[in-house]
Amino acid sequence: MKKVRGKSIFITVCVAPAVILFVIFMLIPTFNVFKMSLYKWGGYSNNKQFVGLNNFKILMEDTNFFRSFQNTVLLIAIVTIVTMVLSLIFAAILSREKIKGQNIFRIVFYIPNILSVVVISAIFSAIYDPNSGLLNSIIGIFRGSEKTPILWLGDQKLVIYSLVIAMIWQAIGYYMVMYMASMASVPESLYESANLEGASRIHQFFSITLPLIWTNIRTTLTFFVISSINISFLIVKALTNGGPDGATEVFLSYMYKQAYTNSSYGYGMAIGVVVFLFSFGLSALINFATKREPLEF
Amino acid sequence: MKSKKVISSLLVAAMSASLLAGCGGSGDKPAESKPADNTTADNATDTTPAEPAESKPAETPETTSADENTPVEEQTLKVAAFEGGYGADMWSEVTAAFEASHPGVTVELTIDKKLEDVISPAMKAGDYPDVVHLATGREAALTETLTKEKALLPLTDVLEMTVPGENVKVKDKIVPGFLDTLATNPYGDGVTYYAPMFYSPCGLFYNAGLFKEKGWDVPTTWEEMWALGETAKADGIALFTYPTTGYFDAFTYATLSSAGGSDFFNSCMTYEDGIWESENATKVFELIAKLGTYTEGTTVANANNDNFTKNQQLILDNKAIFCPNGTWLPGEMADAPRADGFEWGFMAIPAVNDGGAGCSFCWFEQMWIPAAAENQDMAKEFVAYMYSDEAAQIFAKSTAIQPITGVSDSLEGDNKMFYSIYDNGATAVMGGFASTAPVEGVNMLDTLCGTVNSIVSGDKTVADWQAAVEEASDKLRAAME
Repeated sequence: MKKVRGKSIFITVCVAPAVILFVIFMLIPTFNVFKMSLYKWGGYSNNKQFVGLNNFKILMEDTNFFRSFQNTVLLIAIVTIVTMVLSLIFAAILSREKIKGQNIFRIVFYIPNILSVVVISAIFSAIYDPNSGLLNSIIGIFRGSEKTPILWLGDQKLVIYSLVIAMIWQAIGYYMVMYMASMASVPESLYESANLEGASRIHQFFSITLPLIWTNIRTTLTFFVISSINISFLIVKALTNGGPDGATEVFLSYMYKQAYTNSSYGYGMAIGVVVFLFSFGLSALINFATKREPLEF
Repeated sequence: MKSKKVISSLLVAAMSASLLAGCGGSGDKPAESKPADNTTADNATDTTPAEPAESKPAETPETTSADENTPVEEQTLKVAAFEGGYGADMWSEVTAAFEASHPGVTVELTIDKKLEDVISPAMKAGDYPDVVHLATGREAALTETLTKEKALLPLTDVLEMTVPGENVKVKDKIVPGFLDTLATNPYGDGVTYYAPMFYSPCGLFYNAGLFKEKGWDVPTTWEEMWALGETAKADGIALFTYPTTGYFDAFTYATLSSAGGSDFFNSCMTYEDGIWESENATKVFELIAKLGTYTEGTTVANANNDNFTKNQQLILDNKAIFCPNGTWLPGEMADAPRADGFEWGFMAIPAVNDGGAGCSFCWFEQMWIPAAAENQDMAKEFVAYMYSDEAAQIFAKSTAIQPITGVSDSLEGDNKMFYSIYDNGATAVMGGFASTAPVEGVNMLDTLCGTVNSIVSGDKTVADWQAAVEEASDKLRAAME
């Protein structure tokens, strides 16, 4: 009896630090976001006014919010698909094929991930420069330099795709390393027998590699959703600040603007709640849709 | 077995202790250390201890200030100032002079280019500076937020105070007109909440050397402006560029006032019903749209916080002629390469109506006292001291010009030319949008100025723009008290 009690105390003591930290830094702030979304508050004074669901009602009629919603969904979709395909291809090539300078490629692909987003923004703002930028200079060779330059960050129909390119560029290396790690644990014998039976490389990829790293791919899909929402805010903040005229406004940049520069902290938190529920829901949906019987090897 | 358990318990205890210690440390660091670091760094040279010998002799200038009830008791005044283009040194100097004339007072100075980021975490925790020098119209909008939250102290009694060390009342030293604007009385009720500090005329900057070289005349009307636009186009030079759309606030204010006079301007700023769809407002919208067609092609792509200097560079490179800006522009571009024979030129915005006077928006920075400030009496004394000749001279050395009669006379060179714009017949326009309760999802400056990018690139029409501004104005009017 005494031993059981001692054990439960011991377990409590062991678990307590993590639980306390989790409550203080995760549960309470999240609860506060939900609570503040029901108030009208500027962020500084003590005049908090309870307004119920009014913030959400305004949100449903806010066209600027819907524009930021659209942009975010577009970014999540395109960045996820393109990055996943490219990093899978690169990972398969670098882990299955024998090519010269493999390690250099690994490093080169991974470098963007080490750079801070501000540096990435500076690099891309130099690439996208209308007059002396890398991109327009190269394109100018083919279409003639006397034509009006392409405004990568000025054309409202184009600018969101300029962000897509920057985001893919910075994400590929990270996911490539993730996929390579799980590809390394696929037993070599499977490929050997597939070779003996005459399966092509592409066939091997789809029938052996992909099914066996499926759990890993599912995990990264959740990462894609979360990181697209977060990184898009950083890149937008440093590269375009939501411009021109709100064309690159995303979830979090709009939330930031409302909460901090438009003195509507409560409204910003309401946007935060929508972002929270959206990313939670989307991750759950993806998780559910990609559920397969795990293959063992 | 037992010893293993003891060891693991110890390890857990050590881990939890270190975790909690770690978070305890990080918990109070951001609030305290950053402003403190700043203060020591900025103040180290001249203000460290409160009682050094050098501050004692300075007791002699008797404090003929309004409040005789401040005996020599130790007080700390927390001053937070925005470090703008004028630099940080003048603030250290002015606070040192204030300390010298007010024995027993120690000024704890926080200066930063991103002042909002430095002081607002502490403010959220209830630790407010006593005096803040931070203008409206900044991106983080801290001043506006506190205004909307009604968290500022009225400065009416400061205006009635005698300037420390002098026999003049504060309000009598300030240039007439500066205290009657929405930029000092944000609620439009005649009560002053912001003390007007350094002012700067805004207008159009150009390369005067280019005009000499080409033999062009500087346009004084919009007709001449468009004609110049066509002439310059033939030479491959665009008529206009702008750093970011944020600069259209001053431009729009000036043109609105020029189109319909100051009463009309104030009606716009207080969101009068239908005012943005009136004939005078339409003139302004159409003027800006027409200017958009003469705007340099790459301007929109660079009109963001990262690249705006590339747009300003267009003026220096003779690729565009005019750029709306304030007098800080030459300082901002001081190290930039420029065309041969470059010479700064500055003019008011031509009159919108035929035969009217040109106009220039007068932008100024503001100083205010948070209602939650602890040391309010000394804070008021400090604000009053800002208008003393002693303080004004220190500021003027860094070309920071206050609206005190006679101060701009001491200017030389380019600065003299910039500040003489009102002497040459241009009407001064002052003010800004009236403060309202926060309206979720509505940002007037974004709607009014931010849309210019879409007008220039052809993504929106003038009618859409005008309707959006009127709609924002309607929503804000409802929130005015």
